[in-house]
Amino acid sequence: MLIKRKPDLTYKDVTPKALYMGRRNFLLGLLATTGAVAAWKKFPGLLAGPATGSVPVHLNGVTKSPLSTTGEKVTPFTDATHYNNYYEFGVDKGDPAEESKNFVTSPWSVSVEGEVEKPRTFTMDEILKLVPLEERIYRMRCVEAWSIVVPWIGYSFSTLANLVKPTAKAKYVAFQSYYDPKQMPLGRQAGIDLPYVEGLRLDEAMNPLTLLCVGMYGDTLPNQDGAPVRMIIPWKYGFKGIKSIVKVRFVKDQPPTTWNIANAHEYGFYSNVNPKVDHPRWSQASERRLGEFLRRPTLMFNGYGDQVASMYTGMDLKKYY
Amino acid sequence: MPAIVNSVLTNKWTKIVVFLLCLSPAILLALQLLSAIFGWQAFQGDVTANPIEYFTHATGDWTLRFIVITLAVTPLRKMLHVPQLIRFRRMLGLFAFFYVCLHFTIWFAIDHFFNWHEMWGDVLKRRFITVGFLGFVLLIPLAVTSTAGMIRRLGGKRWQLLHRLIYVTATLGVIHYYWLVKSDVRRPLAYGAIVAVLLAWRLGDWIYRRTRQPAARATVPRKQQAAAAETETV
Repeated sequence: MLIKRKPDLTYKDVTPKALYMGRRNFLLGLLATTGAVAAWKKFPGLLAGPATGSVPVHLNGVTKSPLSTTGEKVTPFTDATHYNNYYEFGVDKGDPAEESKNFVTSPWSVSVEGEVEKPRTFTMDEILKLVPLEERIYRMRCVEAWSIVVPWIGYSFSTLANLVKPTAKAKYVAFQSYYDPKQMPLGRQAGIDLPYVEGLRLDEAMNPLTLLCVGMYGDTLPNQDGAPVRMIIPWKYGFKGIKSIVKVRFVKDQPPTTWNIANAHEYGFYSNVNPKVDHPRWSQASERRLGEFLRRPTLMFNGYGDQVASMYTGMDLKKYY
Repeated sequence: MPAIVNSVLTNKWTKIVVFLLCLSPAILLALQLLSAIFGWQAFQGDVTANPIEYFTHATGDWTLRFIVITLAVTPLRKMLHVPQLIRFRRMLGLFAFFYVCLHFTIWFAIDHFFNWHEMWGDVLKRRFITVGFLGFVLLIPLAVTSTAGMIRRLGGKRWQLLHRLIYVTATLGVIHYYWLVKSDVRRPLAYGAIVAVLLAWRLGDWIYRRTRQPAARATVPRKQQAAAAETETV
């Protein structure tokens, strides 16, 4: 039997020779366009003016602290400073480095007040010269399950606290960040209430590991990392380390904290690094160290249990997450 | 419609151009991956210090974009009276599937290192992964039945019904994104709004046709009616 079939391709369907021969040029054109877009994204500075904000300067006379974590490879400076959260400057990890370039951090002062015998406002210069600065290498574990290792510079927060002499009524310490919508226009879209507030129990704040931090990698803090002064609490998730502090208040009751206000179900007051207590939406059992391919197990109290676990004896850490 | 639009849309060359455009995000991602591996400077800044997260998010983003583009084909071709747009719908839908496969593979291969047990744990326990995984699984039958032969085998009506699963996947995709972000929900809500408009248009179109068709049905012979139903796609 002969089946008559209409040919599905006719001569008019044939691609014109010029177009066929030109396909390589088309592909090159596509690559060139892609490249141009990438270049423009990479060097937006070609169009924008120079940054006018504060820039990091080298810190002299910094000693190595015995409290440093050993046996860890320090995260490259560019990774640690160009992949981080600072919601006032945008919610994407690359935003803080880009959007904080014009942030002015001088002059700066920190008011220390509340349940203390000697309330006092410290200028940034005073904070930098209170005691010799130490370099402390700490692991930092973000609640989003990535981590870095950073050589911070500063001294124990207790040094500053002891100067103002907290009274017997002081049970907690409340911190507040600087917030200026003019300098931080993206803060309005961050989805969290600003200014950022944080808090610690007094014993947590007075633990020697708790660092009042003014620098990293040998220099003063870059704007995107919380210049000019921030907290580092290495056994807690990164967001507990409040940035660009303007106020420290010793208080009687547990103070409100920003992420807890935003979502109490997901972010507790304590927020100790704990591989056994998952974030409701993702596991905290493992983490990705920036620069490493596979995930690594997360350590209880981020590996600082020897120094801090005793503060939580008898506490149900699932309840007080 | 102007003849030029018609001839451009029905040109074989146009299909190749659209194909390459759809593929270009994958080409760019591949170049970025190579830069990350070999330490080339050109694309490193984009990939961030957490390349795995970057590629997971980028492929997820492109999946949602292609789902939205695919869902936009029918409203556009009907509103603009450009029926030839239908020629691109299968390709666009398959590209959505292509990007979701990349998205899933990165997560499964790197985040879980091919550990089925761990993967299922996540799928069952994490609601944003549950809905994302479900959306992905629902796309598989659509990709499998995307060929002309499968349309014939299933019959137009049944095929069409099956392919309405894309509405479910689109919705699940948006929820997946919404549940993933920490506090800034603008982008997931933007996708949600677009998907809502595209689905609402279909509902409106369906109501419109239901209220108008009885009159038309009476005058159209049965056979022709059936033929019209076969070619009509939502």
